[in-house]
Amino acid sequence: MAFESRPFEHDVDTLLDIEKTPLQRLAYYGRFLWRDRGGMIGMFIFLTVVVAALFSPQLSPYDPLDQRLRDSKLPPAWAADGTWDHPLGTDNLGRDILSRIIYGSRVSLTVGFFGVLIAATLGMLIGSIAGYIGGRVDSAIMSIINLILSLPYLLFVVFIAAILGRSLLNVILIFGITDSPIFARVTRGEVLRIRRSGYVESAISAGARWPHIIVDHIIPNLIGPLITLATFEMSAMIFYEAGLGFLGLSVPPSVPSWGNMLANGRKYLTNAPWIAAAPGLAIMYTSLGMNLLGDWLRDVLDPRLRRARR
Amino acid sequence: MHRYFLSRVLQSVLLLLGVVVLVFFMVRITGDPASLMMPRNATPEQIEAFREAMGFNRPLIVQFWDFFTHALVGDFGNSLHFKSPALPLVIERLPATLELATAAMLMAILIGVPLGLLGGFSPGSVLDSLARLVGLLGQSIPNFWLALIMILVFAVRLGWFPSFGRDEWKSVVLPAFALGLATMGQIVRLTRSSTLEIRSEDFIRTAHSKGLLPRTIYTKHVLRNVAIPLVSIIGVQFGYMLGGSIYIEFIFAWPGIGQLLEQAIGWRDFPMVQAIAVFTSVAVLALNLLTDAAYMIIDPRIRYGIRE
Repeated sequence: MAFESRPFEHDVDTLLDIEKTPLQRLAYYGRFLWRDRGGMIGMFIFLTVVVAALFSPQLSPYDPLDQRLRDSKLPPAWAADGTWDHPLGTDNLGRDILSRIIYGSRVSLTVGFFGVLIAATLGMLIGSIAGYIGGRVDSAIMSIINLILSLPYLLFVVFIAAILGRSLLNVILIFGITDSPIFARVTRGEVLRIRRSGYVESAISAGARWPHIIVDHIIPNLIGPLITLATFEMSAMIFYEAGLGFLGLSVPPSVPSWGNMLANGRKYLTNAPWIAAAPGLAIMYTSLGMNLLGDWLRDVLDPRLRRARR
Repeated sequence: MHRYFLSRVLQSVLLLLGVVVLVFFMVRITGDPASLMMPRNATPEQIEAFREAMGFNRPLIVQFWDFFTHALVGDFGNSLHFKSPALPLVIERLPATLELATAAMLMAILIGVPLGLLGGFSPGSVLDSLARLVGLLGQSIPNFWLALIMILVFAVRLGWFPSFGRDEWKSVVLPAFALGLATMGQIVRLTRSSTLEIRSEDFIRTAHSKGLLPRTIYTKHVLRNVAIPLVSIIGVQFGYMLGGSIYIEFIFAWPGIGQLLEQAIGWRDFPMVQAIAVFTSVAVLALNLLTDAAYMIIDPRIRYGIRE
């Protein structure tokens, strides 16, 4: 989906981009964020989830593991017989759902962050080797990657999660490794594009050495597309982690995670639907935010795509 | 064209061999396939007897050769749960999964394509906002959660559709919608953005200035060009549905391959899981080849070997 624009259609702002100091550029991005409502909302959502994960103990009204069977299946505050003691109600064991949602953000963000970190590191390594060496090595690596990407991803993730057993580390490793081909493909494409670009060619003809070209030209130009990809992939991992949890294949059942809560809530769907509703809304909220943020980042970090947003 | 297609077929066959190797080693990552496949409360003697019976005590290379040569002719051994060959049990479940995926894809196309076209024809309109909303929600709503909410609303509260099983035509509506929503979102976004892009191409302006009817321009020029990226996404997404219907089949007790996978994992029936993984990969790769072929038919540039 390349939206190639013609040079004369660029913003005047964009053309002046190169002449700006880093601080001015940051201010420019800030203005761009202000102008883009979707990006603002996405950033706000993402920050709230990060704050919830960082300050879970301070924000949670109760201990997420605290069971009070006397208080089981209390409805949320807006229901006819709900109270503000438990704003989102309680689950079948009398645990406070709001507190569990807040703590659940920790699992989701940890999996998303470290999963993407591993995937991006592996992928960048493989992708830059392919793009840099080129020739047969490149076409061999790329055909393997394209074929891996055409396999039924979810099925293999479920398969391997069932074998390795339930632990946070296993989930992170599974996503980190299985997601790396996407990063490799994007990195390789960008490395090739940058290597062939006019400014790298002129740098070479001016006698620049490869270390200089890699540090000054290739890496700065790789960061934009990879950050955008990382945002979308993080959102996808949060999604898939919850899905694995729903099947009982993610973190151990004692850990409050959105997927585990959803799996538990499914059993009480007819008489206590709020147990399943809350974690689903949390996943949707996070995913919506990260997708909006990703769309915005793509616009800002890749000026070639700006036109497509109108 | 033929050379390109042949090389794609060859690559797919190689990948399949790779998948067979992969599923062989996957059940051995923990080091002991016997205790992986036996119930958690099995005694050491039972595990030892099972290891003997399955041949897991033979040298790895012998086991591998045995597995590989049998897998090539479709023999993945007996399902531990059903005590009969695994592959026929998987194939038995194929029609249900195909039915679900086809219904989901039809829903996604029938709603997604018109909505994307209408949005792309009139950017900024109410329909366009609707198209963008569907695109965004399709991306953000977890299908397993949507399935639960739909069961609650449309099956339990309103009683319009059955909440599980595959007994009547109505049974497929809820699972198909839940499975198809993400694809619908993608189709809407892709159709909308490529319509927007193609509308401003030079050849469309030329067509307008020749005095062609807008209807002719849209059907002959815009639609044909929108169809090219759509075909590839539809092929990819259909493959994704075959492998990704596990949650939906699990929630709706839909008797397809996804449900079988969920059950086989519960039973620790890994020969069955291996058969499912290989079989689904075959289906997905075959589908990708079909997509490639369709691509060549609608895009003459590819047919004549002019590839970007």
